Order: sequence, then structure tokens, then C-alpha cells
Amino acid sequence: MNIQNYIESGILELYVAGSLSEKENEEVYTAIQENPALLKEVLSIESAIVKLTAAAKKDLKYSFSTIEKEINNNNKETKVISIAKPKTNWLQYSGWAATILIGSTLIWSLSQNNKLKEQVASEKQQLEQQIENASNNLAEAEKLITVFRDKDIISVPLAGQAVSPNSYAKVYWDKKTKSIYLDAKGLPEPPKGKVYQVWSLKMSPLTPTSLGTIDTFTADANKIFTIDNANESEAFGITLENEGGSISPTLEQLYTLGAVVASTP
Amino acid sequence: MDKLEQLILQFQQKDVKAYEKLYNMYCNSISGVVNTIVKNDDVAQEITQDVFIKAWNKSDSYSSKKGRFFTWILNIARNAAIDYTRSKKFKQSKQNLNSDFFVDILETSDNLDNSTDAIGIKEFVKKLGDKCKSVIELLFFKGYTQKEASEELDIPLGTIKTRNRNCIAELRTMVGA
Repeated sequence: MNIQNYIESGILELYVAGSLSEKENEEVYTAIQENPALLKEVLSIESAIVKLTAAAKKDLKYSFSTIEKEINNNNKETKVISIAKPKTNWLQYSGWAATILIGSTLIWSLSQNNKLKEQVASEKQQLEQQIENASNNLAEAEKLITVFRDKDIISVPLAGQAVSPNSYAKVYWDKKTKSIYLDAKGLPEPPKGKVYQVWSLKMSPLTPTSLGTIDTFTADANKIFTIDNANESEAFGITLENEGGSISPTLEQLYTLGAVVASTP
Repeated sequence: MDKLEQLILQFQQKDVKAYEKLYNMYCNSISGVVNTIVKNDDVAQEITQDVFIKAWNKSDSYSSKKGRFFTWILNIARNAAIDYTRSKKFKQSKQNLNSDFFVDILETSDNLDNSTDAIGIKEFVKKLGDKCKSVIELLFFKGYTQKEASEELDIPLGTIKTRNRNCIAELRTMVGA
């Protein structure tokens, strides 16, 4: 800011006269705080105006005593009022108490609201997951139905063997896609550390080929597993093996077995 | 903090002695301004007292950020005086009035004879052109804003500012402020 230009603009005279807006007054105040030269100028203007206006006074006696009397009366009145002060304080306190109460209620409601929102969000997510699962399941079920109805698919029932006579399973073999659908619902849960392994067998001589282990047996809900099978299988068997599977089947742990009945052309 | 600021602070803390000092500094000015508006000595005396009592009661409302203390009390005085001129009492007594400008009051004042300031002001008023008279009258005695003064006198806003500055500069030379 150019101080000289600022002074020359005449704004300080208007400042003393009280002709400026509230905003302008604050701006001038800030400028004065920053520049002592401006304060000096303002004091000089004020002093001149005080003298000029004082000259317009008629020669009458003015004394502070009248005002002092009034002021003291006012002060006494204030003191009288002050006896009733506890009431005001009580009001004030209840005001504050109410404010705090309302404030904390508000904060509590907000946190409750947030909690509910989070809950709704997580429930929504769960629901979405369920819907997704359901539609996936539906798609799978529909796929299975088409598999079961397909005339080209060979159905092979696997019967329970010595180690577990009550077990059963069923293989649906789609030769076109070179895959089998294994329905293993009839098998018991494998003990910890064990897995079921699926085998494709050729009868003479008996040659087992591993189709892989069913690692997701426990987790899978419908117990239907899709497995690739490019072999010319004559039978399918399921054995219980140590986790990771075996190179050749442990025949003592053969749970189910079923031979492929050649489909009539 | 200068002495004046100290006094104002004490006044806001309801220090009567400090207020007496402020009163003595500004009482004549306030009275002069009120007198210029109401044009009646007795009424001016009464209103001036009211102004200083009012200022005491609302001392909390003053803040240096809003302007000078003198300007604050000047505003209270102008408003009180203007309120009076709108009253019935004033309208009834109006026929007795003869002076229009503060300069008329100054020229007829028997108050202006002793001090060097008084001599300076008399000289100033004698030399003062009509343009200065009206600008000073409106801005300082009547409390017009820059815009109101510009409309009243039908001169541009910026001209009010510079003309006022030039007039006050002349006054400052006269009274040695």
C-alpha cells in the first residue's frame, strides 16, 4: 500500500466522520494497525474536528457531576437487580445442561445412525452375496438338469464297497465335452487329513488312472463336482487317500465302485 | 497502548474516573454537534448529558475495530439529536430558529474569544468557501455517509472525499493540529 496515496484519498477524514461502511471501517482499522503513520494522521484529523465541533457549543456550563450521579444511580439499580441473580444463574445452568443434553443426544443419535447404516450396508452385502449364490446355484442346477436329460450322457451308479457299504455315488459322463459330473452326496465326510480321490479304471488288465482329488468336498454344498475325463473309462472308483492324493488307489479304502454299461447306440 | 486507548479500556470496565477524563475531552464537541442540529442551547445541554449516560450504559458495544471512540460517541450524539428534531416538541419550537449552518453558530458564538484554537477556527470559518461549509456540515455535524452527501450536494462520490480532505487540511493548518 502506498501510504501517501492512501492518506491523500481522504478516506481517513471519512473514517473520523463515521461516514464509512462497517467493512471499510475494519479495513481502515487494519491499515492503521499496520502503519503508524496512518494513526498519526487520524489523530491529527480527529484533534482538528474535536476543536471545530467544540467551537459550535454555546457558552453553557457542562459538568460531569450530573452524569456521574446518573451513572451511580444506574449502578445501584444494577446492584439491586443482582440480588435476583441466582435465578438467572439457575436459568443459565439449565440452559447449559439442556444444551449438553441435546448435544450428547445428537452425537449419540449420529453414532447410532452410523452403526445402523453400517449394519444395513453389511446386510445388503450379505444379501447380494446370497442372491448371487442362489443364481449361481440355479444356473448350476439347470446345467445339471440338462446333463441328466441329455441322451448322450452316460449315467454310472457307483455302489458302496466293503469299507463303507452304505456309501454310493453317481457319475454322469459326457463323452463330447470329455468330462464327468460326480454326484458324491452319498459319501460320508472325509476324516481330517484325508481326501477322496476319483479314478478311471480299465478292467483287463486293471489300470487305474487318477482323475484327481476332491479337495472341496466339505465346502461344496450340493456335492456335485465337474471333473475332466479324456479316458476310455470302463469303470469309476472313489478311494479315500491322504491329503494330496496317491499315485495308485489304496484299494482297502475303496468306498464306491461302478462299471460303465456300454450305451446302446 | 496509548493513553487514550487505556482510558477507553478502563471506561469499558466501568471506571468512572476514566470516563470523566473522556467526558472532558469530548463533551464540548458533542455539545457543539448536538447544538448545530437542534439549534437550542438548553435542549443541546440536555441531549448531551443523555448521550454520555447512554454511552456509559452501552460501553460494551464499542469496539476499536468499528472505528474511533470519538466517532462512536459522535454517532450516538447525532442520532439522539436527529431523533429530537423528528419529535413534536422540536417542530413546535422551530419558528424560533435562525441559523442554518454550523458556521452561523460559530460566527455568533461568544465562546470563541480566548484560545488560539478559537482564533484559528474563526479565521478558518471566515475563509471557508460554501463548498467546504456544506461538506463539513453534512459529514461531521449531520452524520451523512459519503454517498448521502454526494446525493445531497449533487457532486460525484470521489469529489466528496477529496473536497472534504482539502477542507479539513485547511482547518488543520489553522488550528495547528
